[in-house]
Amino acid sequence: MTVTTDLVSYEDALASYDPVMGLEVHVELGTKTKMFCGCSTELGAEPNSQACPTCLGMPGALPVVNAIGVESAIKIGLALHCEIAEWCRFARKNYFYPDMPKNFQTSQYDEPIAFNGYLDVQLDDGEVFRVQIERAHMEEDTGKSLHVGGATGRIHGASHSLLDYNRAGIPLIEIVTKPIEGAGERAPEVAKAYVAELRELIKALGVSEARMEQGQMRCDVNLSLRPHGREKFGTRSETKNVNSLRSVERAARFEIQRHAAVLNDGGTIIQETRHFHEDTGSTTAGRVKEEAEDYRYFPEPDLVPVAPSREWVEELRATLPEQPLARRNRLREEWDVNAHDMQSMLNAGAIDPIVATIEAGADAASARKWWMGELARAANESGVSLDALAITPEQVARVAALVKEGSLNDKLARQVIEGVVKGEGTPDEVVEKRGLKVVSDEGALTAAVEEAIAGNPGVADKIRGGKVAAAGALVGAVMKATRGQADAARVKELILEKLGVEG
Amino acid sequence: MTDSTNHVNSNVDVIKLTASEIASRIASGELTAVEVTEAHLARIEAVDEKVHAFLHVDREGALAQARAVDEKRERGEKLGPLAGVPLALKDIFTTEGVPTTVGSKILEGWIPPYDATVTKRLKAADVVILGKTNMDEFAMGSSTENSAYGPTGNPWDLTRVPGGSGGGSSAALASYQAPLAIGTDTGGSIRQPAALTGTVGVKPTYGGVSRYGMVAFSSSLDQGGPCARTVLDAALLHEVIAGHDPLDSTSIDAPVPSVVEAARNGSVDGMRVGIVKQFRGEGYQAGVVQRFDESVSLLKELGAEIVELDCPSFDLALSAYYLIAPSECSSNLARFDGLRYGLRVGDDGTHSAEEVTALTREAGFGDEVKRRVMLGTYALSSGYYDAYYGSAQKVRTLITRDFEKAFEQVDVIVSPTTPTTAFPIGERADDPMAMYLADLCTIPTNLAGNAAMSLPCGLAPEDNLPVGLQIIAPALKDDRLYKVGAAVEAAFVERWGHPLIEEAPSL
Repeated sequence: MTVTTDLVSYEDALASYDPVMGLEVHVELGTKTKMFCGCSTELGAEPNSQACPTCLGMPGALPVVNAIGVESAIKIGLALHCEIAEWCRFARKNYFYPDMPKNFQTSQYDEPIAFNGYLDVQLDDGEVFRVQIERAHMEEDTGKSLHVGGATGRIHGASHSLLDYNRAGIPLIEIVTKPIEGAGERAPEVAKAYVAELRELIKALGVSEARMEQGQMRCDVNLSLRPHGREKFGTRSETKNVNSLRSVERAARFEIQRHAAVLNDGGTIIQETRHFHEDTGSTTAGRVKEEAEDYRYFPEPDLVPVAPSREWVEELRATLPEQPLARRNRLREEWDVNAHDMQSMLNAGAIDPIVATIEAGADAASARKWWMGELARAANESGVSLDALAITPEQVARVAALVKEGSLNDKLARQVIEGVVKGEGTPDEVVEKRGLKVVSDEGALTAAVEEAIAGNPGVADKIRGGKVAAAGALVGAVMKATRGQADAARVKELILEKLGVEG
Repeated sequence: MTDSTNHVNSNVDVIKLTASEIASRIASGELTAVEVTEAHLARIEAVDEKVHAFLHVDREGALAQARAVDEKRERGEKLGPLAGVPLALKDIFTTEGVPTTVGSKILEGWIPPYDATVTKRLKAADVVILGKTNMDEFAMGSSTENSAYGPTGNPWDLTRVPGGSGGGSSAALASYQAPLAIGTDTGGSIRQPAALTGTVGVKPTYGGVSRYGMVAFSSSLDQGGPCARTVLDAALLHEVIAGHDPLDSTSIDAPVPSVVEAARNGSVDGMRVGIVKQFRGEGYQAGVVQRFDESVSLLKELGAEIVELDCPSFDLALSAYYLIAPSECSSNLARFDGLRYGLRVGDDGTHSAEEVTALTREAGFGDEVKRRVMLGTYALSSGYYDAYYGSAQKVRTLITRDFEKAFEQVDVIVSPTTPTTAFPIGERADDPMAMYLADLCTIPTNLAGNAAMSLPCGLAPEDNLPVGLQIIAPALKDDRLYKVGAAVEAAFVERWGHPLIEEAPSL
């Protein structure tokens, strides 16, 4: 794809303009069944194997609201400090698309279940920014189209399309912010921090796994610029389905630069949807919205109004977990780390695994070290999130314990973790199968030490002469001879002992 | 009316029995369900070429059901109150493995993979489903002329319409092709055909009968209900199909009113019966008014107190209906796009998916359906929503209030079911407004969601065609319809010396 868009530098753009953002996030709920029928929501099933007359939009079929879906929506609303509607209805959003079986989406229009809230988000340097929430409403997902025969997988040039309705009807919560103003140059960072914070919140509520890479959480970035000092918003672009935290930040940044270039040239921004490209970090135009699309919303006559009792709402409020930001502040103190490190852990999705690892007996420092080091690398390489790795916090804690008791050193521990992630078994099984035990047999160690001293007389002399630092070379030789399976600290002790030097 | 000691030995006798008589004779072993089914299948064979009540006759399915009933009886199992009784099912209810077209080309060839709740309940009650009956396409019409498969004739005069949209069901009853039928009533589609064919039809309280598997026209107005030749038969069928259904969110979660008990204990003595001044005047046929006035006199004679009522918002009902129903239908019918089921036109490799959808809808929908889809799409458009759909909903609230006020003063309301008797096929086909007026008296009940019945109250002197009396009850008080209906029916039969239907020509 060729990108011909002119950009101005980010700094120049911000010197002239003030960005205003609106973020729309869709979260797929983790309910067992769909929003309006009893079909399974399990991912990865045979296409169209999880569909019934209702979610296929068969003539005569009717929807029934999934109570867990409503409960999840209320929990999300409460966690976002929203008001919860005493009475609200579903509405039909009418438009034609082959992956939408009824040719209308059952959604909510002017009566959302939750409205008027906020979410505090923390930037990398610890600054807290409050994002105002307009609404959170319930709706259903569409099916998926697969366009066959075209060059890019897009409908253009395709010979035919395949439709999979397994996803059609999966419950979605759409969370819409009020216009985010005043973030200035930090707007892209705020966007990313907001989505990250929202993801933490959703996960903490247990209503969705919110895996962005699997499309369980998708973000639309709406952005406009206005000259400094002007109140009226500029025309916005809508960048659809931005599916990682980093992309959210990059998309916002790119759009700021692109808008500024257009405006500087005396041009006007067209209200249009845009696609973000991960490879180039740029956006390209999608469908132009010449007129606002007319969805002909009207109240869904097949469903009765949702009227959550205040008692129920309060019961749900009482079940809310600690707010993720407050929790992170508490953990920061407990773990004694700075805001930046905490932010890195948040962005990596590492906080929950680390907490679980500590609960399984590891100390905070080693839990953090493994999740943010070896495991973060492994996740990155295979393009999955940390919690999708084939290792449990308990197993990481076991590795940490083996290191602590001296049966493993760090190098061996990395191999154990690698083995577990590759599915070779539990940490103990990997240790066993790969033969990864620290050599603790003093006799074997002593022999290796003596061999090293004999093989390096020059180094041994230096050490005898008081140059203790030179012991490193002998430790290296011993480690090599034992294929890394020795406790380096013990080896050093033995060397100094043999050479009659005080450590 | 029938001497139960009569030995029934010919098809003609069997088909003229009421549903309750058939059921008791099957239960006693005097008749087998197979005999009864075969008699009706033979009748269909003999007359339906002329009447065209059925779109699809499920001979094998019906006989299999009948055999199962006979086997149950032989095993000594207890039979339900309508076990073995044949029924004509409006082609708007899905039937697993049996075609369901809704009278439209767009569903030609579609075999539903599931049964509607009504279908399931009929099968569970061992009611024998003979086949699927003709109807105005998507239930849009008052004459059955809008069926994509050709019109149905009125058994009283085959050159006239049987009413609509459920003209196939009412004609099947009036021509003795079935003793029971199911209809759906969005603006009068059960009651108006009942009136035009001299049969009984009931629109239960909205939510009384599940809509699951009933192809939607206008979701907030559609209501399935029983059709029969007698009030008691309608009540027996009502109890089979009514009741809460977890698959329909709008279904009422409350016990079904005791309609059979009410039908067995007909009485209006001491009841307050309302007549609404908006339900008369211009456009009402003289003979209809005459029979209605006689019905009111009869009610008085039977001990009812007559109360005159003013329901001013009823004058707005037709206008509100023709905004709400098309609006909902424009959305409900969006799914018929040729992609997943039914008709597909233009899929020859030269057309895009959008073009295929457009060609399919162009070929698959009839004029009246297109008219209403366009009207509804317009009424819901932003900028027009408040003026059209929004205002119509306000009118709906006013109509509901008028009914509430009325029912503070009376127990039931009566009116003519429809302003005229059956009109000739073709007479109003090109005049939608004239056609829409057929539902003038029935529509307010759909908008308010309460219950109503039509039953025969005589023949109009000028054309010797049946006139229907409409009884309207408050929501959830469906039993009142049957109590009043049974009393009126008994009094008329006594006066005439026989049920009105016996005056229909033998085809």
